Amino acid sequence: MFRRRTDLPLDRDALSRFLPWLIAFMVYLAAMAQAGMLGLDSMSQRWSKDIGTSLTVQVPPVSGLDKAAKEKSIRRLQDTLNLLSETKGIIRSSVIPESRVLQLLEPWLGAGIAGDVPLPVLIDVETNPANKPDIRVLKQKLSAAVPGIVVDDHGVWLARLVQLIRTMEGFAALVLVLILASAAATIVFTTRTGLAVHREAIEVLHFTGAHDSYIADQFAWRAMALGFKGGIIGLGLALPTLLALGLVAGRIEQGLLPEISLGGVGWISLLVLPFASALLAWWTARATVMRNLAGML
Amino acid sequence: MNFDPTIPIARFENVGLRYGLGPEVLQDVKLELQPGSYHFLVGPSGAGKSSLLKLLYLAHRPSRGLVHLFGMDVATTPRDELPALRRSIGVVFQDYRLLDHLSTFDNVALPLRVARVKEDEVQRHVVELLAWVGLENHMHARPPTLSGGQKQRASIARAVIARPRLLLADEPTGNVDDRMGFRLMHLIEELNKLGTTIVVATHNEKIVERLGHPVIGINDGRINVTPGSGPTY
Ligand SMILES: Nc1ncnc2c1ncn2[C@@H]1O[C@H](COP(=O)(O)OP(=O)(O)OP(=O)(O)O)[C@@H](O)[C@H]1O
Ligand SMILES: [Mg+2]
Repeated sequence: MFRRRTDLPLDRDALSRFLPWLIAFMVYLAAMAQAGMLGLDSMSQRWSKDIGTSLTVQVPPVSGLDKAAKEKSIRRLQDTLNLLSETKGIIRSSVIPESRVLQLLEPWLGAGIAGDVPLPVLIDVETNPANKPDIRVLKQKLSAAVPGIVVDDHGVWLARLVQLIRTMEGFAALVLVLILASAAATIVFTTRTGLAVHREAIEVLHFTGAHDSYIADQFAWRAMALGFKGGIIGLGLALPTLLALGLVAGRIEQGLLPEISLGGVGWISLLVLPFASALLAWWTARATVMRNLAGML
Repeated sequence: MNFDPTIPIARFENVGLRYGLGPEVLQDVKLELQPGSYHFLVGPSGAGKSSLLKLLYLAHRPSRGLVHLFGMDVATTPRDELPALRRSIGVVFQDYRLLDHLSTFDNVALPLRVARVKEDEVQRHVVELLAWVGLENHMHARPPTLSGGQKQRASIARAVIARPRLLLADEPTGNVDDRMGFRLMHLIEELNKLGTTIVVATHNEKIVERLGHPVIGINDGRINVTPGSGPTY
């Protein structure tokens, strides 16, 4: 792909034989860090969207299983719903069906409890993010009407979770930057070694009237080819790993977490990695040679 | 660069050269090479012939004094203008300095490729010149497989392929028999007739006498120019 005539025997350097593998390793790590970053980002975005836009109101059951108790429960629920619909800033409130509540409780209480235990009624409330109701006032009003009612706005723990995810995201970005820096350092080192090994030939090129850029280009193209090769190998190893991780994560999270996904843009940004490593190698090698030669006569 | 025929190709004023902290190997060199001139450079081994040539092909800066090439002071010439100067100078190195991993053909083609000459022209010129120096059957051989004389001819071919304005040759006939020696000197003579300025460092007194060009003698780092006597046949 990058075959070019060169005047320097760069492809015979021992270093250039293992450079692609070093790059492959770094691209692999970079792909992991990047995927982690993107996955966490989509997660935190979805969750932070939910902060302050949803509430869960829990109407406690009236004890007893007789008809009077049941009627009282229904009245309480009705009062609550009325109050909610009168409150400004609430877009929608819907009762979570009993079957769903049972499903959610099943892991704790076991199957087959329907009808045996008085269950609280859960109401899912969606608020207008542009015009949020005052949660404290709402709580007071609801408590006055229905003693023991619980209003949960998820705010605190969601905010903490999002904060945690953001921190991890920042950490992944830092790791990515460190990987790039060490890849660049590796290329600087290999290029410098190459310059020392080929000093004699470079001198001859200079004496025959070669510009520094003529020499730098030979190093840069070579580094680019190796960087691309390494990038392809690294990505080739990273993709199966990520798919496998995705499968495992999918099995664990079921219903508990919103699905962690990279999305189309995320996958494409991973495919960019080999090109990025090729470009990084090209630029770094070129800059290293130009700098180094500037000191010669 | 200056093509004015009244400006010397090279001008040295009070030039001194030392390697590192060592003694001066060249002292108070005052020298002018006029366009189209031809000088022999002679002197005992270690006298400083190669060192003087190094100043001329910009491998070293003088430790003191002024060196002007093609009317430009090399001390103040910006780095990105040096390649243009160097392309006007062809050098035959005493130790050839061929690149071992390239074929004879690619070695000789180097100055043209560096100057980004079109590949079909490169082919034409290089094949022609290799035939002239008798290397047409060794075009694809690598230098380590060539004899000393063959390497010398390849290095002369590389020095003249781009038609330099100044040709510097350090012992260009040191490794060939007299017949090939005169043949190569004849090539250089032809280039001189076309206007190329020439400096040839040599120990071969026969050639110096026969061609009768002016002689720059070096002794103990000091030079002394004697005018030419004209050719004797
Ligand atoms: N790179 C160098 N570093 C230190 N000293 C050097 C270097 N090159 C040459 N010299 C010294 O400079 C002096 C002149 O050397 P130079 O090579 O110019 O001689 P020369 O006239 O070309 O000799 P020869 O006929 O043997 O080729 C010598 O004393 C040599 O030891
Ligand atoms: Mg010498």
